[in-house]
Amino acid sequence: MTAAIQTLPDRQLAPLLQSYREAVFARRLRFVISAVVVLGCVALASWWVGFDLGLLSAKIGTFTNYFGRIFTLDDGKPVLSDPLEWYWGFGKWVKLLGETLLVAYTGTILGALVGFLACFAAASNLAGAKTRWVARRLLEFCRTVPEIVFALIFVLAFGLGPMAGVLALAIHTLGALGKLYTEIVENIDMKPVEGIISTGGSRAETIFYGVLPQVWSGFATYTLLRFEINFRGASIMGFVGAGGIGQELLTAVRKFYYPDVSAILMMIVVSVFVLDILTGIALKRLNKVG
Amino acid sequence: MTQIFDPARFPAIKTRHVEAMRLGDLQRKIIFIIALMGLMLFIFGLMEAEFSLRRIYGGLGKLGDFAVLMFPPEPGPLFATYLHALGETLSIALLGTLIAAVLAFPIAVLASRNVLPLWITRFALRRSFDTIRGVDTLIWALIWISVVGLGPFAGVLAVATADLGAFGKLFSETIEAADHKPVEGIRSTGGTAAQEFRFGILPQILPVIAGQILYYFEANTRSATIIGIVGAGGIGLHLSEQIRTLEWQRVAFLVLMVLVVVAVIDFVSSRLRAAISGAKPV
Repeated sequence: MTAAIQTLPDRQLAPLLQSYREAVFARRLRFVISAVVVLGCVALASWWVGFDLGLLSAKIGTFTNYFGRIFTLDDGKPVLSDPLEWYWGFGKWVKLLGETLLVAYTGTILGALVGFLACFAAASNLAGAKTRWVARRLLEFCRTVPEIVFALIFVLAFGLGPMAGVLALAIHTLGALGKLYTEIVENIDMKPVEGIISTGGSRAETIFYGVLPQVWSGFATYTLLRFEINFRGASIMGFVGAGGIGQELLTAVRKFYYPDVSAILMMIVVSVFVLDILTGIALKRLNKVG
Repeated sequence: MTQIFDPARFPAIKTRHVEAMRLGDLQRKIIFIIALMGLMLFIFGLMEAEFSLRRIYGGLGKLGDFAVLMFPPEPGPLFATYLHALGETLSIALLGTLIAAVLAFPIAVLASRNVLPLWITRFALRRSFDTIRGVDTLIWALIWISVVGLGPFAGVLAVATADLGAFGKLFSETIEAADHKPVEGIRSTGGTAAQEFRFGILPQILPVIAGQILYYFEANTRSATIIGIVGAGGIGLHLSEQIRTLEWQRVAFLVLMVLVVVAVIDFVSSRLRAAISGAKPV
C-alpha cells in the first residue's frame, strides 16, 4: 500500500517556507543575543570574584571528601556502626533543637500578631492613602533587611540569647506576613463590611464581624507556611549568638568536630521534614474547616 | 422598631440556618482549646527567651541611640572596598544561581514522571532535593568554607548548593505540568524520545524555567548579602564588622546600599520576567 502524501506546489510552498524561516530566525536571533548577554555577565562576575571552572573541578573532590569525613567517627569507623557514639550529645542537642523550634514559633506568632494589626492599615479598602503609604513602606523595610542583620543589631541592644532571635524573626515575619495579609484583605467581599458600617458598627466591630470571617483561614495558611520558613531561619540565629542550635553547629564546623556536624545537620533536616509533614496535615484540616 | 436578639430563640435559629451554623459546638470547643494551647506556648516561649519589661525598655533605649547615631549615613574611607564587595555579592548571586540551574536541569528531567516513569529514581531524587533544601544557605556557606576556605568562592558554591535543591523540585514540577499533546503529536509522526523532549516539552518549559531562574536570582541577591557574615564573601562581611564595632553611620550606609541594589535587581528582574512570559507565549 502506498501512502499518498499531498504536498503543496512549489509556487505556493516558497512564501510559506520563507515566512517560517523568518519567524524562526527572529526567535533564534533573540535567543543568541540573550545567551551572549548572559555569558558576558557570567564572564564579568567570574573575573570579579576570581572564579573559574578549573578551580571548581579541583575543589569538588574535597567536598565529597568532607562529606566522607563528617560521616566517620574519630576512630575511623562509619557513624552508623556506633550511633550512641555519634549522638553522644543527643540530650543537649534535643534541648537546643527545642529552643530553635520555640524561637521560630514565638517569633512567628509575635510577627503575625503585629502583622495582623498592620494589614488593616495597609489595605487599600480599609485605610486612607497616607496611613497606607506609611504602613506599606514600614512593611517593605521589615522584609527587605535580612533577619540575620536584625539579629546582629538586636544582640547588641538586647543582649545575647534567644530574645534577639525571636525579635529578629518577628520583624521579618511582620514584613512578609503583613504584605500577604494585606493582599487577602484587599480581595474580600465588601458587602458584609458595608452592612455592619450601615448599622452603626464601630471600626473594631466592622473588622471583627465583617472582615475576619472572610480572611482567617487565609491568614492561618500563610502563618503556618511562614512558621516552616522561620524554623530554618531560627536554625542559623545561633551563628550570631541569637539562640537555637546554630551556635552548636557553628562551633562543630569551625573546630572540625566532624561527626558532630553530621549529627546536628541530620537533626535539622529531619525536623524540617517532620515540620513539613505536620504543616501539610494542618493545612488540609484547615481547608476543610474554613 | 429595633429587633432585639432573644437568646431563647437561638435553638430555633440554629435549626433554620444549618449552613451558617456549620461549625458544631464540639468543633468550636476544639478550635478554642487549640488557640488556648497556642497562646500558652507563645507565653512560654516569651518566658524561655527571657522577655521582660526592663529588658525591652533598656533594649529599645539602646536601639534608639543606635538609630540616632546612624545619621547621616556615611561610608567612611572604605567606599571603594564596599563597592567591590557589593559587586562580589551580585557576582555570587549570578554565578550561584546559574551553576545551580545548569546542574539541576538534567537531574530534574530524570526526576519527572512524564520523562522517566520509574518511581524509584523519582523518589530518591525528590528526597535528595528536600534534604538539600532543608539546610539553610548560611549553613551551606559554613560547610563550603571549611572545604575550600574563606572567600567568595565558598559563597558561590553555597548559593549553588542551596538552589540545586530548590531548582530540582521546581524544574521537575514544571516538566510534569507540561501539556502532553505536543509530545503525542511528535510521537505520532515517528519522532524519537529525544525529539519528543526537544520539540514537545522543551518549548513549553523554557520560558517558565527562565522566569524561575530570574526569580531565584532576585532572592539570591538578598541571601548573598548576608553570607559574608560567616566569611563567604560579599558585603555581609563589612556589614557585620561595622555592626560589631558600632560604626553606625557606616552600617546605615551599607544597609542603604543593599536596599538600593535589591530594589534595582527586583525592578529589572520583574521587567524581564514579564517580557519572557509575555513575548514568548507557549
